[in-house]
Amino acid sequence: MAGLSVFVLSLLVGFEVISKVPATLHTPLMSAANSIHGIIVVGAMLIAASADTVLGYVLAFLASAFAAMNVVGGYVVTDRMLRMFRGRR
Amino acid sequence: MIIQLVYLAAATCFVLGLHLMNSPATARRGNLVSAAGMVAGVLATAVLIAEQNLIKPTGWAVLLAGSAVGAVLGLVSARTVRMTAMPQLVSLFNAVGGGAAALVAVDEVLRGSGGAVTVVLDVLIGAVTFTGSLLAAGKLQGLVPGRPVVFAGARALNLVLALVMLLGGGYFALVRPDPLVITAVGLAALVFGVTMVLPIGGADMPVVISLLNAFTGTAVAMAGFVIANDMLVIAGALVGASGAILTKLMADAMNRSLASILVGGFGTGDGDPSVAV
Repeated sequence: MAGLSVFVLSLLVGFEVISKVPATLHTPLMSAANSIHGIIVVGAMLIAASADTVLGYVLAFLASAFAAMNVVGGYVVTDRMLRMFRGRR
Repeated sequence: MIIQLVYLAAATCFVLGLHLMNSPATARRGNLVSAAGMVAGVLATAVLIAEQNLIKPTGWAVLLAGSAVGAVLGLVSARTVRMTAMPQLVSLFNAVGGGAAALVAVDEVLRGSGGAVTVVLDVLIGAVTFTGSLLAAGKLQGLVPGRPVVFAGARALNLVLALVMLLGGGYFALVRPDPLVITAVGLAALVFGVTMVLPIGGADMPVVISLLNAFTGTAVAMAGFVIANDMLVIAGALVGASGAILTKLMADAMNRSLASILVGGFGTGDGDPSVAV
């Protein structure tokens, strides 16, 4: 139940937090949100921590590779977009 | 306890980071704040699994190898991509994020823990996002025809897929957690990701990618429930909700309604999109 409350409150924060973003920032903002869901890398780490079968290790490997790509690539490409944005002005 | 506090700080960084993205002047700082939260969350988790002493040397090796492969791929592609190709790269990152979220639930099923609605939703949403985002990236990159692709029997196929996902998902969550059933649900969701994006024209892809981004956020929140981790729930819900709002803003900016985009068959000069291609 506590988890559900946290979920709903976080949804409300998410709805409110980007209410007035200008159209030029739409794509960078999408990319920034994309990096944040890379937090699933923590899930991949916890899978690896408790894996003890071959299949478990395969899943942990895939999940950590996917998630690391999401996190690292996401933040770097967002930063590149925003750097460009500043240079253009 | 300290780990939980770091998790809370990380979640706060994500909210602040998104907030700073509202204005061009502070946007870059916002991204850095969010990245700092990410580093803190990852380090805290590393300390957590090292302290609990559960993880075997093989586990560390697998984790480090996987992360290294993913990090290098992400870093190289993000640094070398041309400016015009960035949206499809974001879509690719979104695909792997959704895939990772689905794998967390698959791992839980393999452990033989009981069925739960959150496991089903994690597999469903993660799988749809995985193939849907890959296809969206392919359309923008020109690997797949950018025009709306509509084929005969698409509607019947979607109906069958929806039934498998709904009934199979319900059965797994509420009646009996049979691994075969969730496999069928996952496969149906993978196919559905394709049939959902296929009829949508390339010009509408940015909006679709934003929608799939919100999907991944929701899948990550579900993964948070599956492994009982509040930070995942918070960050996932945050992305799910802000991604949904952003999707609507983007559709509005293009003078398109989200519903008409998802129905598809729009754009690139096809006279009658209902004709099979």
